[in-house]
Amino acid sequence: MAEAAAAPREPAAADALPLVRVEGLAKYFDVSPPWLNRVLQGQERLILRAVDGVGFAVPKGKTFSLVGESGCGKSTVARLVVGLYAPTRGSIEFDGVDMASLRRRAEIEPVRKRLQMIFQDPYASLNPRWRIGDIIAEPIKAHRLIEERTAIDRRVGELLEQVGLAPADSEKFPHEFSGGQRQRISIARALASQPEFLVCDEPTSALDVSVQAQILNLMRDLQRDLGLTYLFISHDLAVVYHISDFVGVMYLGRLVEWGPARRVFERPQHPYTRMLLDAIPDLEMTGRRRTPVAGEVPNPISPPSGCHFHPRCPFADERCRQDAPHALALPEGGEVACHAVEEGRLERR
Amino acid sequence: MSQSPDKRPLLEVEDLRIEIPNRRGTLVAVDGVSFGIAEGEVLGVVGESGAGKSLTGSAVIGLLEPPCRVAAGRILLEGRRIDDLPYQDMRRIRGREIGMVFQDPLTSLNPLYTVGRQLTETIRTHSELGERAARERAIELLREVGIPAAERRIDQYPHEFSGGMRQRVVIALALAVNPRLVIADEPTTALDVSIQAQIIALLKRLCREHGAAVMLITHDMGVIAETADRVAVMYAGRIVEVGPVDAVIREARHPYTHGLMGSIPLVGHEVSRLTQIDGAMPRLNAIPPGCAFNPRCPKAFAPCRRARPELTESGATQAACWLYDEAAQRDGTHG
Repeated sequence: MAEAAAAPREPAAADALPLVRVEGLAKYFDVSPPWLNRVLQGQERLILRAVDGVGFAVPKGKTFSLVGESGCGKSTVARLVVGLYAPTRGSIEFDGVDMASLRRRAEIEPVRKRLQMIFQDPYASLNPRWRIGDIIAEPIKAHRLIEERTAIDRRVGELLEQVGLAPADSEKFPHEFSGGQRQRISIARALASQPEFLVCDEPTSALDVSVQAQILNLMRDLQRDLGLTYLFISHDLAVVYHISDFVGVMYLGRLVEWGPARRVFERPQHPYTRMLLDAIPDLEMTGRRRTPVAGEVPNPISPPSGCHFHPRCPFADERCRQDAPHALALPEGGEVACHAVEEGRLERR
Repeated sequence: MSQSPDKRPLLEVEDLRIEIPNRRGTLVAVDGVSFGIAEGEVLGVVGESGAGKSLTGSAVIGLLEPPCRVAAGRILLEGRRIDDLPYQDMRRIRGREIGMVFQDPLTSLNPLYTVGRQLTETIRTHSELGERAARERAIELLREVGIPAAERRIDQYPHEFSGGMRQRVVIALALAVNPRLVIADEPTTALDVSIQAQIIALLKRLCREHGAAVMLITHDMGVIAETADRVAVMYAGRIVEVGPVDAVIREARHPYTHGLMGSIPLVGHEVSRLTQIDGAMPRLNAIPPGCAFNPRCPKAFAPCRRARPELTESGATQAACWLYDEAAQRDGTHG
């Protein structure tokens, strides 16, 4: 588990205790036209339910991945968890502490440095005018982890080595690095405050496959060495299969299914999960028969009634069109939200 | 599958060299690339960013952006040279005989014109059809690429379509006049997986029905595996391996192809670490002498640093690697 020397952390007593627990999380965005247009043209308020009642738990030292197509709300969940957005509803618990209960800066700071984020675009997430050393040192200075200049430099050098770069690189600027190296720098910056929890929003989707492999391997090594917990956001199911212990599948702001990664991939329950898995281009060319994938993700501003997936679902009936399904616990762990599975209309795999 | 080998390929690219002159000299982005695509065949071109795959595609359609230029080599379509044609002649060929599908459907559609207008314009420029007949044909095309309520949607603007639907419109546009060759540059990269599968299936079906040759440029091996008949792997401006798609995937001969395949995570394959090719592709101004892959190659030996290998028959594929060259090989059994 975590290196004792790295940070004064609580001993990992109960592994069963989740590090992060999210319950009934929702985030609505007001995307209404301006007030004047509403009054003059009689337009209505528009609410985008980006995340609408999502709940899951991430055990310590594990990787929980959220997958789904664009617009399903997975990145919004990531931003909610690190506190970049305030939730409309629901709670986020970090190590047993409800994040919403922390009001004063002095209370928030110690928690905040324990969670960090890695962004998708390594070209946009590093300030082009700062030297790498300053970029990586920023969290150290912001949280006043080390005060002395030479000690900060030494720590920056250590961090660069940890992510496979050279300490001398701290003098360079971001433009001198390739996409993969920039993502390593982002990771070094995220590790600077010695976090326990990293939220990674599509960290490899801007990279070529061979570089992606390097970054995924690095993330695994860091998890093993530092006992990190990851919330991993991706649309690439193969990457998710490779890196995850647990997988959650999102569709139009709701979590339709989650559970241990192996179970989700081997025995997907929800029709949407089944459809997604069938849609992966197959390198093996096993001649696997594909379920024809019909339709597209509807507009999230006016999602379908009942179960959001019903217009594309081959198993939908009247109940699916009317009531939103509730999460049903599965014997192997995890949950699925589907009337057809609940009623046994859909054979369990 | 691919056509009989003795038949002349529809598209032939011979020894193509693309240069980018700049203040400090000339960069060679594509060097000595040769390949052919037969009628009804899908050739996949894979490689990492900067390998020169898109430049090769642009050269074939004659849309290289200056200062890039074709410095040497020939491009033949149905036996006729097309790389040295005057602009107007090439423009005609580009619409009528070569169709194009690009990565971002928004940039290939004009946001100010309705989809129908763009389609009918293309059809009328390249055929004898009148306004009404062209519109009929446009609706038929939209229907063919799977756009529901085509007669209504034809009068909508590109922004009224979703990403997947827009890409269908672009495909309809590319196929508007039954081209002999379709160049698809990352056609599914901007799309979600479920839409990706639909677009791949559509491309495949249309090629089969229209008998067109397709050059499919992508970095996604999964897409190649599902769609292509043959695949060419590019690295630092050269083709390092080319062959039937299953041979390249299953028994890659070139160490780069091998590493590339191992670095792709697969659903159902539990591995604790992915195969990693250390380092990165060299920049164009720092391509190493000999085989460009030698500094990253786990099997590099003396000849690799001395001379550049050419594509040679080896097993089921052709690989440009000294490992398969008898003369360069001393200890015989590598790999």
